[in-house]
Amino acid sequence: MADTGKTRDQKLVSALTDSLLAAIIAFALFSLVLGLRTVDGATGLTLEPRPGLLLTVVAIVFFGRLALNLFVWQTQYPLTTPFAKLFNIEPFDRRDLVTLGAALVFGAVWFATGLVLGEAVYELLGIVVLLFVGLGLLRRWLVQRFPNLPYTQIFIAGGIIFALFFPIVTYALESVFRFGMPLRYWFDLSILILTYVMLGWGLNIVVGLAGLLDLGYVAFYAVGAYTFALLATQFGLGFWVCLPIAGAAAALWGIILGFPVLRLRGDYLAIVTLAFGEIIRIVLLNWTEVTGGPNGVAGIPKPTFFGLPFSPFAEGMTFSKFFGIPYDGLHALIFLYYLILILALVTNAVTLRLRRLPVGRAWEAMREDQIACRSLGINTTLTKLSAFATGAMFGGLAGAFFATRQGFVSPESFTFIESAIILAIVVLGGMGSQLGVAIAAVVMVGGFEALRHTAGLQAIFGEEFDPALYRMLLFGIAMVGIMVWRPRGLVSARAPTISLGDADRISGDLVRQGRG
Amino acid sequence: MAYFLQQLINGVTLGSIYGLIAIGYTMVYGIIGMINFAHGDIFMVGAFIALIAFLALTAIGVTAIPLALLLVLIIAIGLTAVWGWTVERVAYRPLRESFRLAPLITAIGMSIVLQNFIQIAQGARVKPLQPVVTGGYELFQQGSFTVIVSNIQILIVVTTVLVMTGFWLLISRTALGRSQRACEQDRLMAALSGVDVDRTISLTFVLGAGLAAVAGLLYLLYYGVIDFFIGFVVGIKAFTAAVFGGIGSIPGAMLGGLIIGLIETFWSAYFSIEYKDVAAFSMLAIVLIFFPTGLLGRPEVEKV
Amino acid sequence: MSETGAKPWDHAPILLVEHLTMRFGGLTAVDDASFSVGGNDITALIGPNGAGKTTVFNCITGFYKPTEGMLTLNGSDGTPFYLERLTDHEINAHARVARTFQNIRLFPGMTVLENLMVAQHNVLSRASGFSFGAILGLGQFARAEHDALDFAKSWLDRIGLLSRADDAAGGLPYGDQRRLEIARAMCTRPRLLCLDEPAAGLNARESEALSALLKSIRDEDDTAIFLIEHDMGVVMRISDHVIVLDYGKKIADGTPDEVRSDPHVIAAYLGVSDEDAAALEGGP
Repeated sequence: MADTGKTRDQKLVSALTDSLLAAIIAFALFSLVLGLRTVDGATGLTLEPRPGLLLTVVAIVFFGRLALNLFVWQTQYPLTTPFAKLFNIEPFDRRDLVTLGAALVFGAVWFATGLVLGEAVYELLGIVVLLFVGLGLLRRWLVQRFPNLPYTQIFIAGGIIFALFFPIVTYALESVFRFGMPLRYWFDLSILILTYVMLGWGLNIVVGLAGLLDLGYVAFYAVGAYTFALLATQFGLGFWVCLPIAGAAAALWGIILGFPVLRLRGDYLAIVTLAFGEIIRIVLLNWTEVTGGPNGVAGIPKPTFFGLPFSPFAEGMTFSKFFGIPYDGLHALIFLYYLILILALVTNAVTLRLRRLPVGRAWEAMREDQIACRSLGINTTLTKLSAFATGAMFGGLAGAFFATRQGFVSPESFTFIESAIILAIVVLGGMGSQLGVAIAAVVMVGGFEALRHTAGLQAIFGEEFDPALYRMLLFGIAMVGIMVWRPRGLVSARAPTISLGDADRISGDLVRQGRG
Repeated sequence: MAYFLQQLINGVTLGSIYGLIAIGYTMVYGIIGMINFAHGDIFMVGAFIALIAFLALTAIGVTAIPLALLLVLIIAIGLTAVWGWTVERVAYRPLRESFRLAPLITAIGMSIVLQNFIQIAQGARVKPLQPVVTGGYELFQQGSFTVIVSNIQILIVVTTVLVMTGFWLLISRTALGRSQRACEQDRLMAALSGVDVDRTISLTFVLGAGLAAVAGLLYLLYYGVIDFFIGFVVGIKAFTAAVFGGIGSIPGAMLGGLIIGLIETFWSAYFSIEYKDVAAFSMLAIVLIFFPTGLLGRPEVEKV
Repeated sequence: MSETGAKPWDHAPILLVEHLTMRFGGLTAVDDASFSVGGNDITALIGPNGAGKTTVFNCITGFYKPTEGMLTLNGSDGTPFYLERLTDHEINAHARVARTFQNIRLFPGMTVLENLMVAQHNVLSRASGFSFGAILGLGQFARAEHDALDFAKSWLDRIGLLSRADDAAGGLPYGDQRRLEIARAMCTRPRLLCLDEPAAGLNARESEALSALLKSIRDEDDTAIFLIEHDMGVVMRISDHVIVLDYGKKIADGTPDEVRSDPHVIAAYLGVSDEDAAALEGGP
């Protein structure tokens, strides 16, 4: 959109016109729903005008659009250039360096402001800018200096090592030095992220490899969780017995649900899977005798360390007594962390192995071209079913873990939004890419959590303001933004499953996404 | 018999609302082949705009109900259409030639954005509205059961029929309809033959949002209470209706809407109200197994 | 009609098509066509555009269910397969009929080698114990995969793509994609190979190489070839037997020389009217 043929004045006029138009549209959009607020009055609803807020928003749209017009779209030197250059090897010129320097200073100032005011929003914004520019520069420098290092492998190895040692090391450091690190919060968050990593990897089999659009994945998560919960509470079975049963139950449901619907193609499959997800949730909600209805199932036993409970008061042997260490509530959390880490890594290992087996290749071939598959003698119905069942099984295992971690399950945890988030993680990560899915889970779930402390916005939106909504709003905006920025996801290249020599990864532009 | 008739009336009323929303899904699917997940939330925004417009008109002294409703209808259609246009422009157009799942994810993202935006801007509590259109007719009595057609039910069905007739004329008789059909068949060829594809697609979203706004107003008047979450449930059922009728087919969407409305009403009346959605969704699955492209959808001949 | 007595392909046909009819709504795409495809021949199916050639292929390979007619494939030990009763993947897996497509259908995001490995799915899948065995490290999978890899390599060598084994199939030039699709079909070890316009879009040199490849498949791999082709040069050069379709009906069936001089064929290709065709038939 860089109009180079126009004079300065023409550019300014067209920029102003465009921004004015955007402001008018923004006014139309927000005039009623933001400019007037419905409040409960004595005689029913009344309206409370908020002209200030409306004008602020319209002004933000106007000036934001104007800035974009002047500095990015209608200029020969878009401000975004130096940031784009972070990801390629074009040489920097002086202007680029000035811009990047300014960005770093800007980030630092915001961060400092956040620290001074105690506002997490500013701190976070500053950190994001600093990390983006800093890591970008570091990456560029590394690639230029050592062009032949296997960066992806190093990154993966680093990630796994970090994941393996993170709780032990932080716990040890904390026990010795008492830094006051919020370990409980960190561990809880890591467990949450790893749960989504596992769910993402499970769904990746169905969507990313086999190319089947499943909008009801949460159903299998729910089946696993409830199977576990009911077996553990009603029959008193232990974690290690219930876990495989939960996985098998989910896989069985995958087959039962899959069999009639896998004949459907594309978006018909999508809507039926969505419908099944909703049906399962409604049944869980209303079949009170078995599932406890909206109250759910409570009192699910926590996992034990191979029979040793994590408890300060239990009679008999406990984990802390056995190892002769003082009881600490964090032990159970650390155990849960390793449990989900192992489950996730097993999911990953099985998926990677399956990709190299005939069935995995058939999944990917099916995603590429179903008709060609059939012409080669591949039974696509069975192949789809195997993908559906495998994905469902991992969903069920994750569900069992969820049940034991929470100690409580209710239908509320298994709404469509969960399916949507897991699907978003798979697509944003880059369909079929295990690494991409892991990164997307960390970015989305971690970033979402990081926005928890946003009290500053209450000043703008009033007392009733709930930060959780605001997080959800930003989550949605991020989904749209990342997708528009990288439609193929963060990691789109596909690694071949077999090769004669050193095979390169295949560009995402050639890889198809399947038609269901 | 009387009970049955009453349920039929209720079912047709509900089905009209679903049908209006289903058209938005089916048109967008027909023209760009994507599930516009945010459409249910556009309907919700439409209902909120209608509610606020109604309250605002009352506040400035427009109290004649027919005039007020007409003005509300116009305002709701106009402003909701801007929402529909904006969603397409921001979230779908940049991904027009992209991969199939990308716009689906932005659509889900947009759905989250709209829901939470309305929740932030208007609060999470349900918004009740005093009954605006009251009264009705007693058709006949059987035993102690009286079959009633309320005025609001008449209003809903009549409005739906009028709007759908107008809409049908619009897309079957005008250049816009022709451009739409051209884009459905082959977007590249349409562009080469002088159809402004971007404009046609934008107008499709504008039209769909306009119909959703009508549905939003009718829903508000019928149930008298809305919240930020109605878009999800109603939207999914309207989408189910579109698939039921054969996605891409506009008469199919109307028919599907009616059928889903009837299934839901009859199931609630004769069996259990808790499982009405299960009934609707199960019917969908069963129908798709026997008619893989819906009731009125074009049978898909596999191109080999 | 130019049918004069029994032809060699009638003695040992691999495929017998009898009264094949395919209707789509009111349109009859194939109308009562009967012919046989010889077990050691290259048989060509030709005809003007819209004559129903691809429909015949789709019926044989199970992508369409014929409205009427019988399609009998004689198996290697003499057992017949009734193709109209089998589904598409069963026709490949059991009757061992493979095909290519008019618009090339490779797996574009997979490598050339992976394309050929997918084609050996059924053999490998059994060897992997349907994945369960291979995940646990049991069974003959490693050996079977090694054999499959060797077979794929031998085919890559034959089509001259060994050096591009690890490249994405979607990135190959058009002519290479055509050859790869044939090699992929051959990796299912078919007894009958159906090729839908294999020479379309190839230049003269590539057509030449294709002709040589098809002949070598017939002679060395014990695979009969049935092909649709518009390039008459290729058809006349390599075919043992030519069948001509027009408006869904078979109008000629014979050796290339017989078909070349058949008045019906000339009429169909030159667009001569029915009366003229009748005159041609009756005239000297």
